[in-house]
Amino acid sequence: MPIAESDVRWVEEPRLGILEQLYVPAIVEGLQTTVQHLFQRKITVQYPEEEPTAVSRDFAKLPANYRGVHRLNRDEQGRVKCVACYMCSTACPAHCIDIVAAPSPWPDREKYPETFVIDELRCIYCGMCEEACPVDAIELTTLYDLTGLSREEMMFDKEKLLSVYDQTVKAGTDPIRTRAGKLSVASEPPLPS
Amino acid sequence: MTAGQLLTTLVTIVVVVSALQGACAYLILLERKIAAYVQDRIGPNRVGPRGLLQPIADGLKFLFKEEVIPDHVDKLFFLLAPAVAVSTALLAFAVVPFGPTSVEQPPAGYQFVIAPRVDIGILFVFAVSSLAVYGIVLGGWSANNKYSFLGALRASAQVISYEIPLGLSVLGVVLVSRSLNLERIIAHQVEHGWNILFQPLAFLIFLIAVFAECNRLPFDLPEAEQELVGGYHTEYSGMKFAMFFLGEYTHMITTSLLVTALFLGGWHLPGLGAVTGLVGVLLKLIVTMLKLFGCIVFFMLIRWTIPRFRFDQLMALAWRGLVPLALLHLLAVMVVLEWQLPRWLLLPMSLLLVAGAAGSAARASAAPRPALTAGRG
Repeated sequence: MPIAESDVRWVEEPRLGILEQLYVPAIVEGLQTTVQHLFQRKITVQYPEEEPTAVSRDFAKLPANYRGVHRLNRDEQGRVKCVACYMCSTACPAHCIDIVAAPSPWPDREKYPETFVIDELRCIYCGMCEEACPVDAIELTTLYDLTGLSREEMMFDKEKLLSVYDQTVKAGTDPIRTRAGKLSVASEPPLPS
Repeated sequence: MTAGQLLTTLVTIVVVVSALQGACAYLILLERKIAAYVQDRIGPNRVGPRGLLQPIADGLKFLFKEEVIPDHVDKLFFLLAPAVAVSTALLAFAVVPFGPTSVEQPPAGYQFVIAPRVDIGILFVFAVSSLAVYGIVLGGWSANNKYSFLGALRASAQVISYEIPLGLSVLGVVLVSRSLNLERIIAHQVEHGWNILFQPLAFLIFLIAVFAECNRLPFDLPEAEQELVGGYHTEYSGMKFAMFFLGEYTHMITTSLLVTALFLGGWHLPGLGAVTGLVGVLLKLIVTMLKLFGCIVFFMLIRWTIPRFRFDQLMALAWRGLVPLALLHLLAVMVVLEWQLPRWLLLPMSLLLVAGAAGSAARASAAPRPALTAGRG
């Protein structure tokens, strides 16, 4: 979509008068800003002692669309939502999703994933699997402290991914779907009120 | 010089030099803390309570670090440069008063200067402190590295340019107090009022030139890390790098004390001259230290307020702005002294000069410019 002329604002460089050419008022104004920040509330999160989570104090909050560990969602009956369509593994630029499909044991869908393995070490956390999924089965959570002692441990299979779902649902840290802004997918989305 | 005087001087030197080292270490902590606070961060807070032992950790790190001397450097000058940087900075401190002084003959009580009653005080400070640039130039040249060399070139051009407004702005003060002796200049201010009240323009020019001389941030082109990797000290590591740092911060303390002595009345506060005895000495010392501290905090705040100049802007500011202004200001001082006009006349003259300079700059800015609409449509 081309950018509409009404969305573009043209700015002309203002001419400097005598007061601006003095520089001193501008420097004083700048110093005011600097000094203000000296006494402002600090935004540092003292990490190991104090963890940023989706529900902690507001400025230490992770953004709603933070892309952490994946989870596989369950439907209302507790079954895996995934229909093994391979859209996520096709979209994945890092080729880290490995799915083996099997005929579904349930009557409401054709296929289900027999195995669903994500290599969390290979993943680049771009969120394109989430974008691609037609049934909102795969989502990226706000869990960021992902560690393991071996490469095998970091291959997350279906059970592990479903357990991430259970864990995040219990903690009330469901990922929030955000929309793109007016101009393009990269522009700022409207702030949640 | 009697043995007693010699002993006093030696003790003063030992105390002052060690105090300076400690002060420099803690100034680096202060700098880091202020940098953090201005950016809404917390800053170093892991070593000791509230990070107060951080300078010790830094110092130990510098001491135990491997001293790397690259193969391609000129060894003699490479080793000489940090020594020059530190020793010139320390030498300049010799004549700067850091507490109450008197001009009576014979001197009454202890004088808070390493070398009291030096009649060429200011000349000495300028002569020695501008030698500090040799440390930078030698360091940059001997490192045999393009970035270091560029930093050194910038430093030499910058210091030569800003030396002139620095000297010219002080001449006004020297003319008024009829002495190059820093203690006499302070005594004159105690009698007639602080120089900043009469010569704010000279104060402004001096301050700007001092920023440039110390390579502090709007003028830190010699070590502009975004452009020059590390500038003149790219190839230095360990204690030699620390010595450059030490020199820089000592220079900052010296020049802040100079600003205090030349324009802010040294140890003087209205009413403080009458207080005598030990209490008076202590109070005056505290006042000096507070003024010094204020200057340094101001230095650090400016660092986070004004972005770095481009090199041509730096040169234009010195040669087309500060030098003519300082000359005109000197002329104004001479006029006032020659016809013995009241000294408060200097204040409106300063303001007039600044307004005139700004006006002429504004007229240049108002000249027609090419339109910005080329890309439209």
